[in-house]
Amino acid sequence: MRIVFALISGALFGIGLCVSGMTNTLKVQGWLDIFGAWDPTLAFVMGGAILPMAVAWRMLKNQSPQPAIAQTTSSTALFDRQFVIGSVLFGAGWGIAGLCPGPAIASLGFGGIGGVVFLLAMAAGMLMTPRIKARLTAAAPI
Amino acid sequence: MTIVQPDWISGLLGGLMIGLAGAIFLLGNGRVMGASGILGRVLDRSETQPMVENIVFLLALVLAPVVFSQWFATGPTHLSDNWLVIISAGLLVGIGTRLANGCTSGHGVCGISRLSPRGIVSTFLYITAGGATIALLRHIWGLI
Repeated sequence: MRIVFALISGALFGIGLCVSGMTNTLKVQGWLDIFGAWDPTLAFVMGGAILPMAVAWRMLKNQSPQPAIAQTTSSTALFDRQFVIGSVLFGAGWGIAGLCPGPAIASLGFGGIGGVVFLLAMAAGMLMTPRIKARLTAAAPI
Repeated sequence: MTIVQPDWISGLLGGLMIGLAGAIFLLGNGRVMGASGILGRVLDRSETQPMVENIVFLLALVLAPVVFSQWFATGPTHLSDNWLVIISAGLLVGIGTRLANGCTSGHGVCGISRLSPRGIVSTFLYITAGGATIALLRHIWGLI
């Protein structure tokens, strides 16, 4: 059953990204371009996506016994260095190309060779990360 | 068939589908639907959880838009054709999302909806960094 849920979820996520326009890098960069022709679409996508998710988190809380994910606390604020640096680096890359991981994967089938190269570079970056993480922690153990 | 409607309606509609996908993954599999986390764990095999599930999710994410585009127009991605832009951005997104442990789907959609401080702060940081990058590269240096 878990496989079926993963299949439906992945498919719906992919189609949702296409319908919302988030596989179009110009719309994403338009959202980030507050000094240019600002495009508010992303806010509607985020808002639309947060609604069902908020309901789902609430439903999860009412389940008993509580599933493990409900207990993985979100309140312990872990704003360490790698979290802050990572978020900023991600944002910079997101701005440069207008692609984040979801749309980059979802557009693989129709995004041309550029999309494939982006995904390969992203995968390479992901594989490099454990070493960068180790260096960051070694520099200042938190 | 091309769907002609205002951008905000398709944005909202697509957003609801994304949220529903996340809700199914959360309630069905007890997991956060984060694109960078799922891909990252497949790549570095760091997860003890069933790997098949991650691979099925990723395959569906790639193939569903292809099938969908047979009936509905999925517009071009308009990705830059500058290799330097593509590769540097890809590396930054890959490293950044794994360091921060999440991206737009994990920290953004799934994190904000449970009012997770990490999700909210990360989303604020990456949107601010993205905005600053566009301002710098487009309006100050005129590069992109």
